[in-house]
Amino acid sequence: MTALNRKLLRTLWQIRGQTLAIGLVVGCGIAIFVMALGTLNSLEMARDAYYDRGRFAEVFAPLKRAPNALLPHLAAMPGVKAAESRIVGDALLDIPGVAELARAKVVSLPENRSPLLNEVTIRRGRGPQAGHPDEVVVSEAFAEAHGFQPGDPLAATINGRARRLAIVGIGLSPEYLYVIDPGSLFPDNRRFGILWMGRKALAGAYDLDGAFNDFSLTLAPGADPAVVMQETDRLLAPYGGGGAYGRRDQLSHALLSGEIDQLKVLSHMVPPAFLGIAAFLLYVTATRLIEIEREQIGLLKACGYGNGAVAAHYLTLVAAMVAIGAILGLAGGYWLGEAITDIYRRFYRFPFLSFQPQPATLVEALGCAAVTGVAAAITAVRRATGLPPAMAMQPAPPVAFHALPATLTGLLTEPGRIVLRNLLRWPLRSGLTLLGFALAVADVVASLFAYDSIERMIDLDFFNAQRQGMVITFTDIRPSNIVDDVAHLPGAKMVEPFRSVAVRVTAGPQSVRTSLTGLTPEGNLRRLVDPAMRPMAIPERGLMVSSRLAEALGVTVGEAVTVQALEGRRASRLVTVAGISEEYMGKFAYMSLPEVNRLMGEGQVINGVYLLDDPQRLPQLYGQLKRAPAVAGVALKSAGLQAFRQTMAESMGIMLTFYVGFGALIAFGVAYNSARIGLSERARDLASLRVLGFSRLEVSYIFLGEQALLMLAALPSGCLMGYVWAWAIAAGFKNDMFTIPLVVEPATYGWAVTTVLSAVTLCGLIVRRRIDRLDLVAVLKTRE
Amino acid sequence: MASLADDRKRVFFTRGLTKVYVTGTVVVEALRGVDLDLYDSELVLLLGPSGSGKSTLLNILGGLDRPTAGEARFREHDLTRMDEAALTAFRREHVGFIFQFYNLIPSLTAEENVALVSDIAPHPMAPADALALVGLSERRSHFPSQLSGGEQQRVAVARAIAKRPEVLLCDEPTGALDSRTGVVVLAAIEAANRELGTTTVVITHNAAIAAMGDRILRFHDGRVAEVITNPSRRPAAELSW
Ligand SMILES: Nc1ncnc2c1ncn2[C@@H]1O[C@H](COP(=O)(O)OP(=O)(O)O)[C@@H](O)[C@H]1O
Ligand SMILES: [Mg+2]
Repeated sequence: MTALNRKLLRTLWQIRGQTLAIGLVVGCGIAIFVMALGTLNSLEMARDAYYDRGRFAEVFAPLKRAPNALLPHLAAMPGVKAAESRIVGDALLDIPGVAELARAKVVSLPENRSPLLNEVTIRRGRGPQAGHPDEVVVSEAFAEAHGFQPGDPLAATINGRARRLAIVGIGLSPEYLYVIDPGSLFPDNRRFGILWMGRKALAGAYDLDGAFNDFSLTLAPGADPAVVMQETDRLLAPYGGGGAYGRRDQLSHALLSGEIDQLKVLSHMVPPAFLGIAAFLLYVTATRLIEIEREQIGLLKACGYGNGAVAAHYLTLVAAMVAIGAILGLAGGYWLGEAITDIYRRFYRFPFLSFQPQPATLVEALGCAAVTGVAAAITAVRRATGLPPAMAMQPAPPVAFHALPATLTGLLTEPGRIVLRNLLRWPLRSGLTLLGFALAVADVVASLFAYDSIERMIDLDFFNAQRQGMVITFTDIRPSNIVDDVAHLPGAKMVEPFRSVAVRVTAGPQSVRTSLTGLTPEGNLRRLVDPAMRPMAIPERGLMVSSRLAEALGVTVGEAVTVQALEGRRASRLVTVAGISEEYMGKFAYMSLPEVNRLMGEGQVINGVYLLDDPQRLPQLYGQLKRAPAVAGVALKSAGLQAFRQTMAESMGIMLTFYVGFGALIAFGVAYNSARIGLSERARDLASLRVLGFSRLEVSYIFLGEQALLMLAALPSGCLMGYVWAWAIAAGFKNDMFTIPLVVEPATYGWAVTTVLSAVTLCGLIVRRRIDRLDLVAVLKTRE
Repeated sequence: MASLADDRKRVFFTRGLTKVYVTGTVVVEALRGVDLDLYDSELVLLLGPSGSGKSTLLNILGGLDRPTAGEARFREHDLTRMDEAALTAFRREHVGFIFQFYNLIPSLTAEENVALVSDIAPHPMAPADALALVGLSERRSHFPSQLSGGEQQRVAVARAIAKRPEVLLCDEPTGALDSRTGVVVLAAIEAANRELGTTTVVITHNAAIAAMGDRILRFHDGRVAEVITNPSRRPAAELSW
């Protein structure tokens, strides 16, 4: 081994702490890159593969009832590749040991053949056999939540009739990758699942012999989906259809796409930021490390080493730091990716989902790191090799100190003055250190703000807008006086009716398929609120739209929109937007209940109630509801909230821990590197101070005070940067489905400050030990 | 006018060599026209007060720095015309440097510090042999921080002579050493000059050392003020100050 390489190894060993600190920061950048892009790729690949293999439909059309003879006509529409009819309904499930009511979507499977579209993948057991109307296949997540096995019985109420079913299989479908009750915002696998049953059995249950109530199709290459949907609506209109929609409005697909879009945003925003910070730290450290070796560089050149050889030497040094980062980053990225994929596996039920970053992603990640490292090293090395060797070997010329203003010096003790002078002596270096600390603070703020944002969503949605205990939906429309019956149930403290209808809201060229809910104008339970969370009055006439819907339609208060019902007699009406309610998720429309009933022209009817329950008497209430034939489902708010929080804790926990850890690492990395380098630059000064009679404490204060001051100065700017960063994230995450409110609570700033403070303090303690152990004689012996 | 025979034996040749440093508004004329001839196997002492331009001259001769104007030749090569790569090659192949503050690499042992040079020189001696020449065989695996100043400077001498240089340029090699240690270092330099026939220039502001040279050049204010020929070199071992 050449002497120069030996020097390289010894230097690396000597600065191993710094090497590791930098390596970790670089590693975080790479890890997040690999994780984000790898997960994105895995999800997209799994989705595309499963959609293809499972023959996921592209157009969906619910209807009331159409004879089977209509299917060939539907299939013959131009632009249709494959068409399939089904029977779809709702079921209430009575699961022993589960107090609350569970709900299921029931979907028919063809007898004696597999469906042409929306294939069901049997994970365990088998599909229902012809002639066995009680056999069902249960969706996997639901089965797991209850520990169902093939062979278990299942008591259900389908179309008001109690049925004893037998679970024969556990299944998955591309249609229900993400299984969620359409009425709730988050999946709750205990309370909602999918049941697949034989067509005949369901035809019997819903009185749909020789008929169907659900239609789906895939498109021929080049077909215009809008045209096909229009034609579908036209053909199905006489049969209570007319609300054909594409994948964009299919719940599972929309949620998965939203997730994928967010991952895209994440992978375009966060990894570059992390790699940028890593590059910054690498640059600062490399520059100072090389600066320290300025005389050694001069010597190497004097001995006849060329600029190329010297540059290669230091590039290798930096490369080693980056390489350590790359190894840690790849390993960490895989680990994180696996962990995140594992979470996705729980929410998105693919037959096969594994974390598979593309080789190109890995190459790209390493390429970024390499470019970062080389760029940092080259800039730093160029400064060193640019000097003629004679000059390099001379110690750097003494720097000019600025005299401090007299008012200031008067206030400070001598150590204080030294601290301040040193800061001002290297404005750029001080500035960079400050920037590093600020970035660390900002990183933590921008990560933890997610919790504030979610708490705001919870506060608004769960405590201000939806103050009911549960939402009870009926199997069909009911006369509005059913409210009185519900109000007399045990444990019912307050009841408010609603009617929801599938509608299409159109404003100019924009058209959105959504649900219109008729609410009690003077409602106390379900309310609409403005951005300040004040309740909004529901007008006698006029339409209220959620903020997302207003945005999607591009309308503001006072503008007219067309509301067309997609049910019943499909009435259509021009209404004025009377208000925009603050809602972070989903596109919804509201009117007063009488107004909705006027639109529908079916009398004074409702299809659900909001109910405030007495928790003490919940079991009795459930007992009654389970036996009520009119009840299609019960959504419990507290259960929803719990599910929401759990979902969030699970899906964000890992990432946020990682981000906050990264923030601490940046702070530590910046502090440690600048302290260690500062120590090698100034060991002599400090030793001299000791010799002059300053105590250890004073010397530590002089040295570390500089950092402490920079860190304190960085806190406010870091908080501000964090806010801007959070704003950028909120803006980036905004999509068709939801927005995240930009809320940063003081506590979040507090945590950010605490994190950085702790990291820097830890570093200070480590460095202090070195200062205390400073060997005065040895330090003073070295040159000059 | 020097004869052709003289020319062949002449190692360095400078005429009207000037060097001006401009730092901001301050202009320092470090060399103000130096005319100089150094010959094969000569040991020349460069004497003069601090700031008189000795180091500047030595750096230019060794290819560490460039003159502002004037001629500077090493044998048939024009130092002023060499580009960066040529200067590097020149230093690598022909020049051994010894500096006042040793300039050893602290993370390398004595032997490795010597190897740093023998690794890249065309006809080097083994680092161990070079250390033996300066009497440091026992301390070859010590790091600079474990060596005394004199020992460190002897490592520097070993490093300089390990490449078997044609010229040995020493800038105040004893400046940081006491008399006894200084003598040991000077003896090592003298041995290299005698045994390897290396043309050697030693800068000092210590007149007592001058006696060991073949010639003594007195430097003053950026010029050679006086050239003294010394017919009877005194062995370094006999010097003291
Ligand atoms: N890199 C430099 N920049 C500016 N001035 C310099 C530089 N190097 C040397 N000098 C100046 O040139 C003059 C000669 O310096 P030097 O050759 O080092 O003298 P000596 O070695 O005889 O003490 C001095 O006045 C010194 O300050
Ligand atoms: Mg000098």
